[in-house]
Amino acid sequence: MTMNDTQQLTRGALWFRALAGESTSKAPVWSGDAALGDETARFVSVVPDADNRFPRATDNVVGLEQGWLLGRAVRDAIAQDANAAKKRPIVAIVDVKSQAYGYREEMLGVHLACAAGVDAYATARDAGHPVIALIVGPAMSGAFLAHGYQANRILALDAPGTLVHAMGKEAAARVTRRTVDELDKLGETIVPMSYSIASFAKLGLLDTLIGDVDADAPSGAHIERVRGILADSVRDARADKSRGLSHRLESETAHKTRAASIEVRRRLAAQWDAA
Amino acid sequence: MEHLTFEYPAQRAFTARAHVGVVGSGDLEVLLSPAASMTATVDVRTSVDGYSHIWKSVLDRFFQRYDGAAHIEINDFGATPGVVALRLAEAIEAIDLAAGNSGAHGGSGVQGGA
Amino acid sequence: MNSAVLQAAAPVLADSFIELPARERVRALLDPGTFRELLGPFDRIESPWLPLQGIVCQADDGAVIARGTIDGEPAVVAALESAFQGGSIGEVSGSKLAGALELALRDCERGRIVRPVVLFETGGVRLQEANLGLAVIAEMQAAIVALRRYVPVVGVIAGMVGCFGGMSLAAALCSHLVVTKQGRLGMNGPEVIEQEAGIDELDSSDKRRIWQLIGGEQRAATGLADSLVDDDVQAVRTAVVDAFARGVPKAHRSEQVDAYLARLAAIDPQTVTPDTMRAVFGADASAQIKE
Repeated sequence: MTMNDTQQLTRGALWFRALAGESTSKAPVWSGDAALGDETARFVSVVPDADNRFPRATDNVVGLEQGWLLGRAVRDAIAQDANAAKKRPIVAIVDVKSQAYGYREEMLGVHLACAAGVDAYATARDAGHPVIALIVGPAMSGAFLAHGYQANRILALDAPGTLVHAMGKEAAARVTRRTVDELDKLGETIVPMSYSIASFAKLGLLDTLIGDVDADAPSGAHIERVRGILADSVRDARADKSRGLSHRLESETAHKTRAASIEVRRRLAAQWDAA
Repeated sequence: MEHLTFEYPAQRAFTARAHVGVVGSGDLEVLLSPAASMTATVDVRTSVDGYSHIWKSVLDRFFQRYDGAAHIEINDFGATPGVVALRLAEAIEAIDLAAGNSGAHGGSGVQGGA
Repeated sequence: MNSAVLQAAAPVLADSFIELPARERVRALLDPGTFRELLGPFDRIESPWLPLQGIVCQADDGAVIARGTIDGEPAVVAALESAFQGGSIGEVSGSKLAGALELALRDCERGRIVRPVVLFETGGVRLQEANLGLAVIAEMQAAIVALRRYVPVVGVIAGMVGCFGGMSLAAALCSHLVVTKQGRLGMNGPEVIEQEAGIDELDSSDKRRIWQLIGGEQRAATGLADSLVDDDVQAVRTAVVDAFARGVPKAHRSEQVDAYLARLAAIDPQTVTPDTMRAVFGADASAQIKE
């Protein structure tokens, strides 16, 4: 591991330690089993890796090694529970500022490495593992697709620096040829463009927004509260009638802000078979 | 973005519908379907403001030769008058083709060429 | 006339697949006469978000979904129209794709196999719909992983826009990828890499270098795509039909964790090039060159 006590731990690292203790695997992907409620869960987090063989993947990003190692950490849990009646929960602690951007990354298939993460989490969910994403920092773009977005339930700490988006603000401003201030303004009226986690909650994709927790220095009480909410989410996820992601379109919030997503599916179904 | 509407007298009803084009830069899509009454109506949504007089002149010219009771919807992304006229002509051609094939009434929309 | 004279007299004319707009590409891949579009332009389900930003909508939101048959078997083909907003994924266009894959899955679960094909011509998430684009890509990915247990999920990347962003992950999940030389498959667009990492990392104006890095031929030669075909409608059709004939692979690319970690360990990040990586990534790849 490359995170030492004299370094400021990233949120992905500190929340892993808080919830699951010491990782059994080295950076950049920490994983390990720990108690959650009355069972054992697999916790997985992406942490910085100053010694990573790929210089453009040393931060809390999902690059080549991170993607495949996420696949390994999750598949390991699937394999261990292959014959178990009750599959252990898998908690993705999400603090990923982006996918890794680089020439080598593109060359060596970072898109596939990230897909390995998507694949593993989706496969776990399909196999009956309750998958929970706990967003403690940025959950950006392809990195979030790879690590967290296949979850049955998505939770987030309501804290500065916690956010979900498809592209960083500065880059998005360049691409859409607007200023950062203009983007912020747009986000106030166009919910899916907002950079605020409270607005993300309005899309019906967030199951719990956890307030009053110090994301950078949580107290014992904060950690216990988060643990409790995680356990509740596991219970909820197990009660879902489907192992897919249809839960995301069921809430009242979703019916309001994702009316088109629901309408499209309704009408596709109606037209699916020839009259 | 502007929304412009136009109306023209019509003489002929028809039952087919047609769709041509894409809303790409410098292009437009045209949806042509039967009108509710013996009047042709045009609904233009355009990304370029301030050219309603140009739209009028293009459509005036178009309806000099076309007398169908059509409801025409246009989604425009900065096409030139020439491209607009071309797409309108393509749409009519597609309708004629459909009519030739005994009129695809209420079908899934005859598609025009690219 | 005898056959030798006929052969000499008849030139082979290729029909470009790339030049076809999305709707025609879909029509070309379904058996003749079987194309039936779902939620077409006249259903008028458009983006709820673009008009709020003064952007003109396309009536099908840039996605075409059609049922029909492929080689006689029930199929659904989904395509993105790259001319509209770069084929980007918005709430509606993405839901059309995700919804179609979810319905194919439902049919497969009920014992009615539906062959899914996705034509990836897309820059990824539509930034004007940001979080909804990203969310619906996750839903698409969930459907692909579930669906490919029953039937191959076949992707086609023909160009000229290629397949980028979150959709490159969806393509990587597919059972089989058909690519042309002109196609590109990458996660971050060259311009974004140049912006984030500097022009020394990647000069986005160097086209040759880009295609060497992420073009269809390179991807096929390195096992990241399966069939390399000419830009020809019949060639693409044949490759798609063949992909279904081969059935579901024993292990999808995105499941092969140990193999890919080993490949990464076997290359030297300091010195590896698109050329030298072929030895490690591609030797036994299932890349096929099809006429």
